[in-house]
Amino acid sequence: MSELLGELIVPFTYQYMFKAMWVSALVGGVCAFLSAYLMLKGWSLMGDALAHSIVPGVAAAYIMGAPFAIGAFFAGILASLAMYVVRQTSRLREDAIIGLVFTSLFALGLLMASIWPTSVSIQTVVLGNILAISDEDVVQIALIAAVSLAVLVLFWKDLMVTFFDESHARSIGLRTTLLKAVFFTLLSACTVAALQAVGACLVIAMVVTPGATAYLLTDRFGRLVALSVAIGAVTSFVGAYVSYFLDGATGGVIVSLQTLLFLAAFYLAPKHGVFAARRRHLSAGASPS
Amino acid sequence: MNAPTPAPRPAAVPAAGALTAAIDVRDLTVTYSNGFTAVHDTSFELGPGTICALVGINGSGKSTIFKSIMGFVRPARGEVRLCGLPVDAALSRNAVAYVPQSEDIDWNFPVLVEDVVMMGRYGHMNFLRIPSRADRAKVDEALARVGMSDYRKRQIGELSGGQRKRVFLARSIAQEGRIILLDEPFTGVDATTEAAIIGLLRELRAAGHLMLVSTHNLGSVPEFCDQVVLINRTVLAAGPTSQVFTQANLERAFGGVLRNVSLGGAALHEDDDPRRVTVLTDDERPLVFYGERDAHKEADRN
Amino acid sequence: MSALLDWITVPLSYPFMQRALVVALLVAAVCGVLSCYLVLRGWSLMGDAISHAVLPGIVVSYVVGLPLAVGAFAAGLSCALLTGYFKENSRVKEDTVMGVVFSGMFGFGLVLFTKVETDQHLNHVLFGDVLGVSLRDLVETALIAGGTLLIVLAKRRDLLLYCFDPNHARSIGLPVRVLHYGLLVLLSLTIVASLKAVGIILVIAMLIAPGATAHLLTDSFGRMLVIAVAVAAVAALSGTLISFHIDAATGACIVLVQALLFALAFLFAPKRGVLVRAN
Repeated sequence: MSELLGELIVPFTYQYMFKAMWVSALVGGVCAFLSAYLMLKGWSLMGDALAHSIVPGVAAAYIMGAPFAIGAFFAGILASLAMYVVRQTSRLREDAIIGLVFTSLFALGLLMASIWPTSVSIQTVVLGNILAISDEDVVQIALIAAVSLAVLVLFWKDLMVTFFDESHARSIGLRTTLLKAVFFTLLSACTVAALQAVGACLVIAMVVTPGATAYLLTDRFGRLVALSVAIGAVTSFVGAYVSYFLDGATGGVIVSLQTLLFLAAFYLAPKHGVFAARRRHLSAGASPS
Repeated sequence: MNAPTPAPRPAAVPAAGALTAAIDVRDLTVTYSNGFTAVHDTSFELGPGTICALVGINGSGKSTIFKSIMGFVRPARGEVRLCGLPVDAALSRNAVAYVPQSEDIDWNFPVLVEDVVMMGRYGHMNFLRIPSRADRAKVDEALARVGMSDYRKRQIGELSGGQRKRVFLARSIAQEGRIILLDEPFTGVDATTEAAIIGLLRELRAAGHLMLVSTHNLGSVPEFCDQVVLINRTVLAAGPTSQVFTQANLERAFGGVLRNVSLGGAALHEDDDPRRVTVLTDDERPLVFYGERDAHKEADRN
Repeated sequence: MSALLDWITVPLSYPFMQRALVVALLVAAVCGVLSCYLVLRGWSLMGDAISHAVLPGIVVSYVVGLPLAVGAFAAGLSCALLTGYFKENSRVKEDTVMGVVFSGMFGFGLVLFTKVETDQHLNHVLFGDVLGVSLRDLVETALIAGGTLLIVLAKRRDLLLYCFDPNHARSIGLPVRVLHYGLLVLLSLTIVASLKAVGIILVIAMLIAPGATAHLLTDSFGRMLVIAVAVAAVAALSGTLISFHIDAATGACIVLVQALLFALAFLFAPKRGVLVRAN
């Protein structure tokens, strides 16, 4: 028994694992904060698109030896600009425009990685590599997460009102355009951070799933945010921990855990779960009012 | 040694209550980015203690006018002033409250009734949006006025149509906006709630608020609106209900677009009564004119 | 001139390139046709979702000993069906549910892939491996793509009506549920057929760009189908040739040529091109 316990403690004894676990938790927590908003608005495609769009920027940064956040920033701007121009001047639907822009940019990043394979590993970008993250990258991530969390904690209520009823938000004097711009800037920044932890393809889970799970568990937005952050942080921490034993696939483990929690809430949530709904349905049928 | 005299307090920003309700629209022209001119050369003026109906068919520019008042669209020409201030300044002083249409709200949003009403206070709250005792008191009062105190812990999706309208009305009361914009408030609402809403609007009018109500519900307009603005891409007529809301004006303005039923003679009377009855409706409560009497006489009776 | 000819004929002398070009053409044809429906129906996210969800299916097939295409198809279709199920039984929005389901399946697929020793390279599954296509792969692709193409073309008008106005379709007696699930099945088959050529991550590009490009160039749906296939074919063929010459990821080259063609249409389309309208 104590041998098993000994085995379980091992990851905590390694510096790189300890780093991976708390960085994951940080990223998971702040992405989960954003997920409270994204999942209510149904912005899954946008989350996926952002993560894929910044890949060429990150690849370019690696090739040139610049901080990856800078490359990601420029790629993000390019993506937003392209989507804006196409939307203003063509009759294509919103989702087709988003899909077109992000897949093209992603292909560009892929091309760059295949031409300069020593500078940028496409596996790292697409699947993340938190277990091997460098200290400079940790600093970048911690900075992004800290700033984002601070802004979100200060403005979460104003953001909620803006996304719930924009007309009312304006009528009470909120600068809704500014708030939305701030939100998307934070989303872009956290996407960059999440890229390191879980890779471009799984960022969407981090910015949608924890919020969706919390949504099934409460009717109050404040509690939703708190639950979401807790779910995001804990699953990311535990996911990183478990991935030690699997020797990789950290992103996959984290996302699998988050999805499992969603499934549990979907069925078992006290008020909004499937079983609860069925019980209400049966008791309503059994006792005619 | 004398105690130093206290430094003079910095001039406080006047509370929203110090504003006088007024909407002043002058030569407003709004053109959307696709080239479509929604309204042109629109002018009207409204003061405090008024309930004004904004009447027009779909596509006449009612929502554009609302958007201009809320600052969502910038005029191509002309201007809008609220309580004597430019729109942005007025909005930052909580001058306008907005009661939305049901379609504009996500009823699955995880907020309770009391959360929504509290949102009305955000403009008065501190930076961190932590409610004070005064804020909570205003919320309680607003809920009581609309009769929704018992429902305060319900998630908004669980409410009926009439109850939902009351919640958003409570929000605007809590906000203490001098101007209240109501967007089709009677759609999907039962007669009891309609009467309750009208009663509430009359109370607010007595307190000096200015209500602008966008509506299709022609029959109710003479009952509680003292002013009317008839709109079809520009102002066709504006002024007191009795003068503006006449059969002639409505037929001229909307003629073939409104359902127009005219009964008289043998179809209506069993004797030789020559009076006609005209029914005008835009799919909501119809407006009925008896003989050559106009809507003014209906309002007199209330 | 002879340099240009060499540029095309030299690669063609290699059997692997011949197979690659045939597969690319087949995939372009079926993706081009499907993309017209996806773009009109607003199913970009659905295409994104199904293509990612196939990953666990591939691993499970390998473990169980079935052809990989079978598992991929089953997983892809399950994603669409599960999304519908979760959406019907909870208050979570459809787009959100789709994101949760497909990313969960993809994440789980990655975990399986890491632990199970398959004979596949993750890179090839994710990004395609058209230059490594075997004769067997070619036949498999031809069967799936060909079959799908035939069905879509046979039912193209009913599918169009369903995509454009499902209520009207129902009112004239079309089996709307069959069309809905049928389209999902056809989409899943298309994705499975395209895995070899462009891989999981890039197939969504082939399912949007050709249709979007064609949409800018014509008002008639019949012509849209033809243009989409033509555009996809040009992109697939030239992309494959380019990747041969510059030794870069083939899938990426195809998608980028496709993006270039879209940009050209965007700027110069006879009625709707930006530069055309500016004059």
